[in-house]
Amino acid sequence: MLEVFSHPFMQRALLAGILIGFTASYYSVFVVQRRISYIGSGLAHAAFGGVALGLLMGIEPLISAVPFTLIIALLTVYLRENTRISSDSIIGILYSISVAAGIIFLALKTDYTSDAYTYLFGSILTVSMTDVYLSVLLALSTVMTFKSYWGRWAYATFDRELAAADKLRVIADDYILMLMTAVTVVLAIKIVGIILITAYIVIPGAFARILSGRFVNMTAIAVIMGVSSSIAGLILSYYLDLPSGAVIIVLQALMFVFAVINNKIKK
Amino acid sequence: MQKSSGKLLNSMDVALRIENLNVSFDSLNILRNISFEVPAGAYVAIVGPNGSGKTTLLKTILGLTGKYSGSVAFPDSSHDNSGKIAYVPQIKTLDRTFPAIALELVLSGLKKTWLGTFSKESKKQAMEMLEQLSADSLAYRQLNSLSGGELQRVYLARCLITNPAVLLLDEPATGIDLVCEKSVNSIIAHYNKIHKTTIIMVTHDWSAAYHHTDYTLLLNKSQIFFGKSSSAFSDANLQQTFSHFGHDHGIKFGLKGNADA
Repeated sequence: MLEVFSHPFMQRALLAGILIGFTASYYSVFVVQRRISYIGSGLAHAAFGGVALGLLMGIEPLISAVPFTLIIALLTVYLRENTRISSDSIIGILYSISVAAGIIFLALKTDYTSDAYTYLFGSILTVSMTDVYLSVLLALSTVMTFKSYWGRWAYATFDRELAAADKLRVIADDYILMLMTAVTVVLAIKIVGIILITAYIVIPGAFARILSGRFVNMTAIAVIMGVSSSIAGLILSYYLDLPSGAVIIVLQALMFVFAVINNKIKK
Repeated sequence: MQKSSGKLLNSMDVALRIENLNVSFDSLNILRNISFEVPAGAYVAIVGPNGSGKTTLLKTILGLTGKYSGSVAFPDSSHDNSGKIAYVPQIKTLDRTFPAIALELVLSGLKKTWLGTFSKESKKQAMEMLEQLSADSLAYRQLNSLSGGELQRVYLARCLITNPAVLLLDEPATGIDLVCEKSVNSIIAHYNKIHKTTIIMVTHDWSAAYHHTDYTLLLNKSQIFFGKSSSAFSDANLQQTFSHFGHDHGIKFGLKGNADA
Protein backbone atom coordinates (compact mmCIF):
# COMPACT_ATOMS: atom_id res chain seq x y z
CA MET A 1 0.00 0.00 0.00
CA LEU A 2 2.85 2.36 0.82
CA GLU A 3 4.44 1.76 -2.55
CA VAL A 4 2.11 4.30 -4.07
CA PHE A 5 3.69 7.07 -2.00
CA SER A 6 7.27 6.15 -2.85
CA HIS A 7 7.24 7.61 -6.36
CA PRO A 8 8.08 11.31 -6.59
CA PHE A 9 5.52 11.76 -9.38
CA MET A 10 2.80 10.30 -7.13
CA GLN A 11 3.87 12.53 -4.27
CA ARG A 12 3.53 15.58 -6.51
CA ALA A 13 0.22 14.37 -7.92
CA LEU A 14 -1.21 13.68 -4.46
CA LEU A 15 -0.10 17.02 -3.13
CA ALA A 16 -1.51 18.89 -6.11
CA GLY A 17 -4.61 16.67 -6.05
CA ILE A 18 -5.35 17.45 -2.39
CA LEU A 19 -4.88 21.20 -2.91
CA ILE A 20 -6.86 21.40 -6.15
CA GLY A 21 -9.50 19.04 -4.78
CA PHE A 22 -9.90 21.48 -1.93
CA THR A 23 -10.16 24.66 -4.03
CA ALA A 24 -12.33 23.12 -6.75
CA SER A 25 -14.83 21.81 -4.23
CA TYR A 26 -14.76 25.04 -2.24
CA TYR A 27 -15.64 27.12 -5.30
CA SER A 28 -18.11 24.47 -6.46
CA VAL A 29 -20.62 25.53 -3.78
CA PHE A 30 -20.83 28.98 -5.39
CA VAL A 31 -20.84 27.53 -8.91
CA VAL A 32 -23.75 25.24 -7.98
CA GLN A 33 -25.82 27.80 -6.07
CA ARG A 34 -25.27 30.51 -8.68
CA ARG A 35 -26.23 28.03 -11.41
CA ILE A 36 -23.10 28.81 -13.40
CA SER A 37 -21.76 25.30 -13.99
CA TYR A 38 -21.45 26.19 -17.68
CA ILE A 39 -18.72 28.61 -16.54
CA GLY A 40 -16.59 25.65 -15.41
CA SER A 41 -16.94 24.11 -18.83
CA GLY A 42 -16.34 27.46 -20.54
CA LEU A 43 -13.17 28.12 -18.54
CA ALA A 44 -11.88 24.62 -19.27
CA HIS A 45 -12.31 25.19 -22.99
CA ALA A 46 -10.67 28.60 -22.68
CA ALA A 47 -7.77 26.85 -20.95
CA PHE A 48 -7.44 24.52 -23.94
CA GLY A 49 -6.64 27.53 -26.15
CA GLY A 50 -4.08 28.68 -23.61
CA VAL A 51 -2.47 25.26 -23.31
CA ALA A 52 -2.25 24.88 -27.09
CA LEU A 53 -0.61 28.29 -27.33
CA GLY A 54 2.01 27.17 -24.79
CA LEU A 55 2.65 23.94 -26.73
CA LEU A 56 3.04 25.91 -29.95
CA MET A 57 5.49 28.34 -28.38
CA GLY A 58 7.34 25.49 -26.72
CA ILE A 59 6.90 26.87 -23.21
CA GLU A 60 5.37 25.31 -20.09
CA PRO A 61 1.64 25.33 -21.07
CA LEU A 62 0.58 26.55 -17.62
CA ILE A 63 2.46 29.79 -18.18
CA SER A 64 0.29 30.63 -21.17
CA ALA A 65 -2.90 28.89 -19.98
CA VAL A 66 -3.25 30.84 -16.72
CA PRO A 67 -3.24 34.35 -18.26
CA PHE A 68 -5.19 33.16 -21.33
CA THR A 69 -7.96 31.71 -19.15
CA LEU A 70 -7.97 34.72 -16.84
CA ILE A 71 -8.48 37.07 -19.77
CA ILE A 72 -11.40 34.98 -21.03
CA ALA A 73 -12.85 34.88 -17.50
CA LEU A 74 -12.62 38.64 -17.05
CA LEU A 75 -14.03 39.21 -20.51
CA THR A 76 -16.99 37.00 -19.61
CA VAL A 77 -17.87 39.05 -16.53
CA TYR A 78 -17.23 42.31 -18.39
CA LEU A 79 -19.48 41.39 -21.32
CA ARG A 80 -22.19 40.16 -18.95
CA GLU A 81 -22.20 43.48 -17.13
CA ASN A 82 -21.93 45.67 -20.21
CA THR A 83 -23.91 44.04 -22.99
CA ARG A 84 -27.39 42.66 -23.37
CA ILE A 85 -26.08 39.18 -24.20
CA SER A 86 -26.77 36.56 -21.52
CA SER A 87 -23.79 34.94 -19.89
CA ASP A 88 -24.42 31.47 -21.28
CA SER A 89 -24.28 32.91 -24.82
CA ILE A 90 -21.14 34.86 -23.97
CA ILE A 91 -19.49 31.69 -22.65
CA GLY A 92 -20.66 29.75 -25.69
CA ILE A 93 -19.06 32.29 -28.02
CA LEU A 94 -15.83 32.86 -26.08
CA TYR A 95 -15.08 29.22 -25.44
CA SER A 96 -15.66 28.24 -29.06
CA ILE A 97 -13.21 30.95 -30.09
CA SER A 98 -10.66 29.59 -27.60
CA VAL A 99 -11.07 26.01 -28.79
CA ALA A 100 -10.87 27.11 -32.43
CA ALA A 101 -7.71 29.07 -31.64
CA GLY A 102 -6.34 26.06 -29.77
CA ILE A 103 -6.94 23.71 -32.69
CA ILE A 104 -5.19 26.14 -35.05
CA PHE A 105 -2.25 26.49 -32.63
CA LEU A 106 -1.89 22.70 -32.51
CA ALA A 107 -2.17 22.42 -36.29
CA LEU A 108 0.60 25.01 -36.68
CA LYS A 109 2.85 22.97 -34.43
CA THR A 110 4.70 20.77 -36.86
CA ASP A 111 6.19 18.21 -34.49
CA TYR A 112 4.61 15.53 -32.35
CA THR A 113 1.49 16.76 -30.49
CA SER A 114 0.50 13.87 -28.24
CA ASP A 115 0.90 16.37 -25.39
CA ALA A 116 -2.56 17.66 -26.24
CA TYR A 117 -4.10 14.39 -25.01
CA THR A 118 -2.37 14.84 -21.69
CA TYR A 119 -4.33 18.03 -21.22
CA LEU A 120 -7.64 16.78 -22.57
CA PHE A 121 -7.75 13.74 -20.29
CA GLY A 122 -5.31 14.70 -17.56
CA SER A 123 -2.12 12.89 -16.69
CA ILE A 124 -0.67 12.79 -13.20
CA LEU A 125 2.70 11.77 -14.64
CA THR A 126 3.10 15.29 -15.93
CA VAL A 127 2.37 17.10 -12.64
CA SER A 128 5.47 19.23 -12.16
CA MET A 129 6.83 21.12 -9.17
CA THR A 130 5.49 24.28 -10.87
CA ASP A 131 2.00 22.78 -10.64
CA VAL A 132 2.54 21.99 -6.97
CA TYR A 133 3.83 25.49 -6.17
CA LEU A 134 0.97 27.17 -8.00
CA SER A 135 -1.51 24.86 -6.26
CA VAL A 136 -0.03 25.81 -2.89
CA LEU A 137 -0.35 29.48 -3.83
CA LEU A 138 -3.96 29.07 -4.93
CA ALA A 139 -4.94 27.09 -1.84
CA LEU A 140 -3.23 29.64 0.39
CA SER A 141 -5.01 32.59 -1.24
CA THR A 142 -8.27 30.70 -0.93
CA VAL A 143 -7.70 30.15 2.79
CA MET A 144 -6.63 33.74 3.30
CA THR A 145 -9.65 35.21 1.51
CA PHE A 146 -12.04 32.82 3.25
CA LYS A 147 -12.79 35.07 6.20
CA SER A 148 -13.65 38.17 4.21
CA TYR A 149 -15.05 36.67 1.00
CA TRP A 150 -16.98 33.53 1.89
CA GLY A 151 -19.73 35.50 3.64
CA ARG A 152 -19.95 38.16 0.92
CA TRP A 153 -20.04 35.64 -1.91
CA ALA A 154 -22.61 33.61 0.03
CA TYR A 155 -24.75 36.69 0.66
CA ALA A 156 -24.66 37.73 -2.99
CA THR A 157 -25.33 34.13 -4.00
CA PHE A 158 -28.41 34.08 -1.78
CA ASP A 159 -29.74 37.40 -3.09
CA ARG A 160 -27.58 39.66 -5.21
CA GLU A 161 -29.85 42.70 -4.89
CA LEU A 162 -30.14 42.37 -1.15
CA ALA A 163 -26.36 42.26 -0.93
CA ALA A 164 -26.05 45.26 -3.26
CA ALA A 165 -28.66 47.15 -1.20
CA ASP A 166 -26.43 46.50 1.81
CA LYS A 167 -23.63 48.21 -0.13
CA LEU A 168 -21.62 45.09 -0.87
CA ARG A 169 -19.51 45.53 -3.99
CA VAL A 170 -21.11 42.59 -5.76
CA ILE A 171 -19.56 43.19 -9.19
CA ALA A 172 -16.02 43.50 -7.85
CA ASP A 173 -16.63 40.39 -5.75
CA ASP A 174 -17.83 38.54 -8.87
CA TYR A 175 -14.56 39.34 -10.65
CA ILE A 176 -12.57 37.91 -7.76
CA LEU A 177 -14.70 34.77 -7.58
CA MET A 178 -14.30 34.35 -11.34
CA LEU A 179 -10.51 34.78 -11.13
CA MET A 180 -10.14 32.22 -8.36
CA THR A 181 -12.39 29.77 -10.20
CA ALA A 182 -10.45 30.29 -13.43
CA VAL A 183 -7.09 29.58 -11.79
CA THR A 184 -8.58 26.51 -10.12
CA VAL A 185 -9.80 25.21 -13.47
CA VAL A 186 -6.42 25.70 -15.15
CA LEU A 187 -4.54 24.00 -12.33
CA ALA A 188 -7.02 21.10 -12.28
CA ILE A 189 -6.26 20.27 -15.91
CA LYS A 190 -3.40 17.86 -15.25
CA ILE A 191 -5.31 16.05 -12.50
CA VAL A 192 -8.69 15.57 -14.19
CA GLY A 193 -8.24 16.81 -17.75
CA ILE A 194 -10.07 19.57 -19.60
CA ILE A 195 -13.01 17.37 -20.53
CA LEU A 196 -13.88 16.35 -16.97
CA ILE A 197 -13.29 19.65 -15.18
CA THR A 198 -16.94 20.68 -15.33
CA ALA A 199 -17.85 17.69 -13.19
CA TYR A 200 -14.95 18.32 -10.81
CA ILE A 201 -16.21 21.84 -10.11
CA VAL A 202 -19.89 20.88 -9.85
CA ILE A 203 -20.34 17.44 -8.25
CA PRO A 204 -18.90 18.28 -4.79
CA GLY A 205 -21.24 21.27 -4.45
CA ALA A 206 -24.25 19.35 -5.74
CA PHE A 207 -23.45 16.40 -3.45
CA ALA A 208 -23.11 18.71 -0.44
CA ARG A 209 -26.32 20.56 -1.28
CA ILE A 210 -28.28 17.32 -0.98
CA LEU A 211 -26.84 16.65 2.46
CA SER A 212 -27.00 20.11 4.03
CA GLY A 213 -29.56 22.60 5.22
CA ARG A 214 -27.14 25.45 5.77
CA PHE A 215 -24.67 26.99 3.36
CA VAL A 216 -21.80 26.74 5.84
CA ASN A 217 -22.34 22.98 6.17
CA MET A 218 -22.67 22.68 2.42
CA THR A 219 -19.25 24.28 2.04
CA ALA A 220 -17.64 21.99 4.61
CA ILE A 221 -19.19 18.81 3.18
CA ALA A 222 -18.21 19.79 -0.38
CA VAL A 223 -14.58 20.32 0.66
CA ILE A 224 -14.40 17.03 2.55
CA MET A 225 -15.91 15.24 -0.44
CA GLY A 226 -13.67 16.98 -2.98
CA VAL A 227 -10.45 16.28 -1.08
CA SER A 228 -11.26 12.68 -0.09
CA SER A 229 -12.43 11.70 -3.57
CA SER A 230 -9.30 13.24 -5.11
CA ILE A 231 -6.98 11.30 -2.79
CA ALA A 232 -8.92 8.05 -3.18
CA GLY A 233 -9.20 8.52 -6.94
CA LEU A 234 -5.47 9.14 -7.39
CA ILE A 235 -4.47 6.09 -5.32
CA LEU A 236 -7.06 3.88 -7.00
CA SER A 237 -6.01 5.01 -10.46
CA TYR A 238 -2.43 4.06 -9.63
CA TYR A 239 -3.35 0.50 -8.68
CA LEU A 240 -5.93 0.02 -11.42
CA ASP A 241 -3.64 1.68 -13.96
CA LEU A 242 -6.47 3.92 -15.16
CA PRO A 243 -6.51 7.66 -15.93
CA SER A 244 -6.77 9.54 -12.62
CA GLY A 245 -9.31 12.15 -13.74
CA ALA A 246 -11.82 9.57 -14.88
CA VAL A 247 -11.42 7.55 -11.67
CA ILE A 248 -11.90 10.64 -9.47
CA ILE A 249 -15.01 11.71 -11.35
CA VAL A 250 -16.49 8.19 -11.27
CA LEU A 251 -15.90 8.09 -7.50
CA GLN A 252 -17.54 11.48 -7.08
CA ALA A 253 -20.47 10.44 -9.25
CA LEU A 254 -20.94 7.28 -7.13
CA MET A 255 -20.96 9.37 -3.96
CA PHE A 256 -23.47 11.73 -5.55
CA VAL A 257 -25.77 8.87 -6.56
CA PHE A 258 -25.47 7.44 -3.06
CA ALA A 259 -26.47 10.81 -1.58
CA VAL A 260 -29.47 11.10 -3.90
CA ILE A 261 -30.68 7.58 -3.00
CA ASN A 262 -30.04 8.15 0.69
CA ASN A 263 -32.03 11.38 0.52
CA LYS A 264 -34.95 9.67 -1.22
CA ILE A 265 -35.03 6.88 1.38
CA LYS A 266 -35.07 9.40 4.24
CA LYS A 267 -38.06 11.13 2.70
CA MET B 1 -48.38 71.63 7.48
CA GLN B 2 -49.24 71.54 3.79
CA LYS B 3 -47.65 68.40 2.39
CA SER B 4 -49.15 67.81 -1.00
CA SER B 5 -45.90 68.61 -2.77
CA GLY B 6 -43.17 71.21 -2.90
CA LYS B 7 -40.45 71.93 -0.39
CA LEU B 8 -42.34 73.14 2.59
CA LEU B 9 -40.55 70.88 5.02
CA ASN B 10 -37.29 71.48 6.84
CA SER B 11 -34.43 69.20 5.93
CA MET B 12 -34.56 67.69 9.38
CA ASP B 13 -38.10 66.54 8.87
CA VAL B 14 -37.59 64.96 5.48
CA ALA B 15 -36.69 61.27 5.36
CA LEU B 16 -36.46 61.05 1.60
CA ARG B 17 -36.39 63.74 -1.06
CA ILE B 18 -36.68 62.91 -4.73
CA GLU B 19 -36.29 65.66 -7.29
CA ASN B 20 -36.88 65.48 -11.04
CA LEU B 21 -36.08 61.80 -11.17
CA ASN B 22 -35.95 60.20 -14.61
CA VAL B 23 -34.95 56.59 -15.15
CA SER B 24 -34.56 54.88 -18.49
CA PHE B 25 -33.12 51.59 -19.70
CA ASP B 26 -32.01 51.28 -23.31
CA SER B 27 -33.74 54.53 -24.24
CA LEU B 28 -36.98 53.17 -22.80
CA ASN B 29 -38.45 55.59 -20.33
CA ILE B 30 -39.33 53.80 -17.10
CA LEU B 31 -39.86 56.78 -14.83
CA ARG B 32 -40.48 60.41 -15.74
CA ASN B 33 -40.39 63.54 -13.64
CA ILE B 34 -40.78 62.09 -10.19
CA SER B 35 -40.54 64.69 -7.39
CA PHE B 36 -41.76 64.24 -3.85
CA GLU B 37 -40.73 64.53 -0.23
CA VAL B 38 -41.42 61.96 2.41
CA PRO B 39 -41.72 63.43 5.92
CA ALA B 40 -39.74 61.55 8.57
CA GLY B 41 -41.85 58.95 10.32
CA ALA B 42 -44.47 58.85 7.59
CA TYR B 43 -46.02 55.69 6.21
CA VAL B 44 -46.08 56.02 2.44
CA ALA B 45 -47.59 53.83 -0.24
CA ILE B 46 -46.35 53.76 -3.81
CA VAL B 47 -49.35 52.61 -5.81
CA GLY B 48 -49.56 51.80 -9.48
CA PRO B 49 -50.41 49.00 -11.89
CA ASN B 50 -47.95 46.35 -13.11
CA GLY B 51 -45.21 47.89 -15.20
CA SER B 52 -45.78 51.36 -13.78
CA GLY B 53 -42.20 51.61 -12.51
CA LYS B 54 -42.91 50.97 -8.81
CA THR B 55 -40.13 48.46 -8.33
CA THR B 56 -37.75 50.56 -10.44
CA LEU B 57 -38.46 53.52 -8.19
CA LEU B 58 -37.77 51.40 -5.12
CA LYS B 59 -34.52 50.11 -6.61
CA THR B 60 -33.45 53.62 -7.54
CA ILE B 61 -34.07 54.71 -3.96
CA LEU B 62 -31.92 51.79 -2.83
CA GLY B 63 -29.13 52.77 -5.21
CA LEU B 64 -29.47 49.63 -7.32
CA THR B 65 -30.31 51.41 -10.56
CA GLY B 66 -27.22 52.40 -12.45
CA LYS B 67 -28.24 55.37 -14.52
CA TYR B 68 -30.76 58.01 -13.63
CA SER B 69 -31.07 61.78 -13.72
CA GLY B 70 -32.35 63.93 -10.93
CA SER B 71 -31.63 63.39 -7.27
CA VAL B 72 -32.46 60.94 -4.52
CA ALA B 73 -31.47 62.07 -1.04
CA PHE B 74 -31.97 61.08 2.55
CA PRO B 75 -31.56 64.46 4.27
CA ASP B 76 -32.50 63.30 7.75
CA SER B 77 -29.19 62.85 9.50
CA SER B 78 -30.55 62.17 12.97
CA HIS B 79 -29.99 58.44 12.45
CA ASP B 80 -26.57 56.94 12.06
CA ASN B 81 -25.76 55.64 8.63
CA SER B 82 -25.24 52.00 9.50
CA GLY B 83 -28.82 50.87 9.58
CA LYS B 84 -30.28 53.73 7.64
CA ILE B 85 -32.23 52.05 4.89
CA ALA B 86 -33.61 48.54 5.09
CA TYR B 87 -35.31 46.66 2.31
CA VAL B 88 -37.79 43.79 2.19
CA PRO B 89 -37.79 42.35 -1.33
CA GLN B 90 -40.74 40.60 -2.91
CA ILE B 91 -40.80 37.15 -1.36
CA LYS B 92 -41.10 35.57 -4.78
CA THR B 93 -37.48 36.57 -5.39
CA LEU B 94 -36.31 34.10 -2.72
CA ASP B 95 -33.97 31.48 -4.15
CA ARG B 96 -35.58 28.40 -2.65
CA THR B 97 -32.62 26.20 -3.54
CA PHE B 98 -30.26 28.10 -1.24
CA PRO B 99 -29.68 26.14 1.96
CA ALA B 100 -30.42 28.44 4.88
CA ILE B 101 -32.39 28.72 8.08
CA ALA B 102 -34.46 31.73 9.13
CA LEU B 103 -31.98 32.74 11.84
CA GLU B 104 -29.22 33.09 9.24
CA LEU B 105 -31.36 35.37 7.09
CA VAL B 106 -32.07 37.62 10.09
CA LEU B 107 -28.38 37.76 10.97
CA SER B 108 -27.44 38.65 7.39
CA GLY B 109 -29.46 41.84 7.89
CA LEU B 110 -27.63 42.63 11.09
CA LYS B 111 -24.09 41.86 9.86
CA LYS B 112 -24.45 42.75 6.16
CA THR B 113 -22.76 39.49 5.24
CA TRP B 114 -23.58 35.79 5.41
CA LEU B 115 -22.44 34.20 8.66
CA GLY B 116 -21.00 30.73 9.00
CA THR B 117 -20.99 30.88 12.76
CA PHE B 118 -22.53 33.43 15.05
CA SER B 119 -21.92 34.68 18.56
CA LYS B 120 -24.38 34.08 21.40
CA GLU B 121 -24.93 37.80 21.51
CA SER B 122 -26.01 38.21 17.87
CA LYS B 123 -28.11 35.09 18.13
CA LYS B 124 -29.87 36.48 21.19
CA GLN B 125 -30.52 39.74 19.37
CA ALA B 126 -31.96 37.93 16.35
CA MET B 127 -34.14 35.70 18.53
CA GLU B 128 -35.53 38.71 20.37
CA MET B 129 -36.40 40.37 17.08
CA LEU B 130 -38.09 37.23 15.79
CA GLU B 131 -39.98 36.97 19.07
CA GLN B 132 -41.33 40.49 18.65
CA LEU B 133 -42.79 39.37 15.33
CA SER B 134 -44.03 36.10 16.87
CA ALA B 135 -41.66 34.26 14.58
CA ASP B 136 -39.16 32.84 17.09
CA SER B 137 -40.45 29.33 16.45
CA LEU B 138 -39.26 29.70 12.84
CA ALA B 139 -35.61 30.42 13.71
CA TYR B 140 -34.25 26.96 12.86
CA ARG B 141 -36.65 26.19 10.04
CA GLN B 142 -35.37 25.89 6.49
CA LEU B 143 -36.26 28.98 4.46
CA ASN B 144 -37.75 26.85 1.70
CA SER B 145 -40.18 25.28 4.17
CA LEU B 146 -41.68 28.61 5.24
CA SER B 147 -44.98 29.95 3.96
CA GLY B 148 -45.22 33.37 2.35
CA GLY B 149 -46.48 34.98 5.54
CA GLU B 150 -43.78 33.35 7.65
CA LEU B 151 -41.08 34.43 5.21
CA GLN B 152 -42.41 37.97 5.26
CA ARG B 153 -41.96 38.06 9.05
CA VAL B 154 -38.42 36.74 8.79
CA TYR B 155 -37.56 39.33 6.13
CA LEU B 156 -39.12 42.02 8.32
CA ALA B 157 -37.08 40.80 11.28
CA ARG B 158 -33.84 41.06 9.30
CA CYS B 159 -34.70 44.68 8.51
CA LEU B 160 -36.07 45.81 11.85
CA ILE B 161 -33.10 44.36 13.73
CA THR B 162 -30.99 47.17 12.24
CA ASN B 163 -33.42 49.79 13.58
CA PRO B 164 -33.66 51.48 10.17
CA ALA B 165 -34.58 55.10 9.61
CA VAL B 166 -36.35 54.15 6.40
CA LEU B 167 -37.92 50.78 5.66
CA LEU B 168 -38.71 49.92 2.05
CA LEU B 169 -41.15 47.13 1.28
CA ASP B 170 -41.84 45.68 -2.16
CA GLU B 171 -45.35 44.22 -2.40
CA PRO B 172 -45.37 42.84 1.15
CA ALA B 173 -48.89 41.47 0.78
CA THR B 174 -48.31 39.59 -2.47
CA GLY B 175 -48.12 35.82 -2.24
CA ILE B 176 -49.44 35.51 1.29
CA ASP B 177 -52.91 34.66 2.47
CA LEU B 178 -55.36 37.20 3.84
CA VAL B 179 -54.83 36.39 7.53
CA CYS B 180 -51.06 36.76 7.17
CA GLU B 181 -51.52 39.84 5.05
CA LYS B 182 -53.55 41.52 7.78
CA SER B 183 -51.02 40.60 10.45
CA VAL B 184 -48.06 41.75 8.34
CA ASN B 185 -49.87 45.00 7.59
CA SER B 186 -50.57 45.57 11.26
CA ILE B 187 -46.97 44.72 12.23
CA ILE B 188 -45.76 47.34 9.78
CA ALA B 189 -48.29 49.94 10.91
CA HIS B 190 -47.53 49.22 14.56
CA TYR B 191 -43.80 49.49 14.03
CA ASN B 192 -44.26 52.76 12.19
CA LYS B 193 -46.20 54.21 15.14
CA ILE B 194 -43.92 52.98 17.92
CA HIS B 195 -40.49 53.56 16.36
CA LYS B 196 -41.29 56.51 14.09
CA THR B 197 -39.65 54.59 11.27
CA THR B 198 -40.36 56.02 7.85
CA ILE B 199 -42.01 53.30 5.78
CA ILE B 200 -42.27 53.24 2.02
CA MET B 201 -44.36 50.40 0.70
CA VAL B 202 -44.82 49.46 -2.93
CA THR B 203 -48.22 47.95 -3.54
CA HIS B 204 -50.85 47.55 -6.21
CA ASP B 205 -53.47 47.17 -3.48
CA TRP B 206 -54.81 50.69 -3.24
CA SER B 207 -57.36 49.81 -0.59
CA ALA B 208 -54.56 48.75 1.75
CA ALA B 209 -52.83 52.04 0.95
CA TYR B 210 -56.00 53.97 1.72
CA HIS B 211 -56.56 52.24 5.06
CA HIS B 212 -53.03 52.02 6.44
CA THR B 213 -50.82 54.75 5.08
CA ASP B 214 -50.42 58.48 5.63
CA TYR B 215 -49.25 59.43 2.16
CA THR B 216 -49.65 57.93 -1.27
CA LEU B 217 -47.69 58.29 -4.46
CA LEU B 218 -49.77 57.31 -7.47
CA LEU B 219 -47.48 56.19 -10.22
CA ASN B 220 -47.85 55.18 -13.81
CA LYS B 221 -44.39 55.89 -15.26
CA SER B 222 -44.94 59.51 -14.36
CA GLN B 223 -46.13 60.88 -11.06
CA ILE B 224 -49.90 61.21 -11.00
CA PHE B 225 -50.37 62.21 -7.40
CA PHE B 226 -48.44 62.62 -4.18
CA GLY B 227 -50.18 63.64 -1.01
CA LYS B 228 -52.35 62.51 1.86
CA SER B 229 -53.68 59.00 1.32
CA SER B 230 -57.11 60.16 2.42
CA SER B 231 -57.39 62.38 -0.64
CA ALA B 232 -55.40 60.27 -3.11
CA PHE B 233 -58.01 57.87 -4.35
CA SER B 234 -60.42 60.03 -6.24
CA ASP B 235 -62.05 58.46 -9.27
CA ALA B 236 -60.08 60.76 -11.54
CA ASN B 237 -56.72 59.83 -9.95
CA LEU B 238 -57.44 56.10 -10.04
CA GLN B 239 -58.65 56.32 -13.59
CA GLN B 240 -55.45 58.04 -14.58
CA THR B 241 -53.26 55.58 -12.66
CA PHE B 242 -54.82 52.26 -13.51
CA SER B 243 -56.50 52.95 -16.81
CA HIS B 244 -54.86 53.63 -20.10
CA PHE B 245 -56.06 55.06 -23.36
CA GLY B 246 -57.40 52.79 -26.06
CA HIS B 247 -59.76 50.41 -24.37
CA ASP B 248 -62.03 50.37 -21.38
CA HIS B 249 -61.60 47.52 -18.91
CA GLY B 250 -64.98 48.27 -17.48
CA ILE B 251 -63.53 48.47 -14.00
CA LYS B 252 -65.48 50.58 -11.59
CA PHE B 253 -63.08 52.62 -9.51
CA GLY B 254 -63.70 54.29 -6.19
CA LEU B 255 -63.71 53.04 -2.64
CA LYS B 256 -67.45 52.72 -2.14
CA GLY B 257 -68.35 49.13 -1.39
CA ASN B 258 -64.69 48.18 -1.30
CA ALA B 259 -63.91 49.32 2.19
CA ASP B 260 -63.24 45.78 3.44
CA ALA B 261 -61.38 44.58 0.40
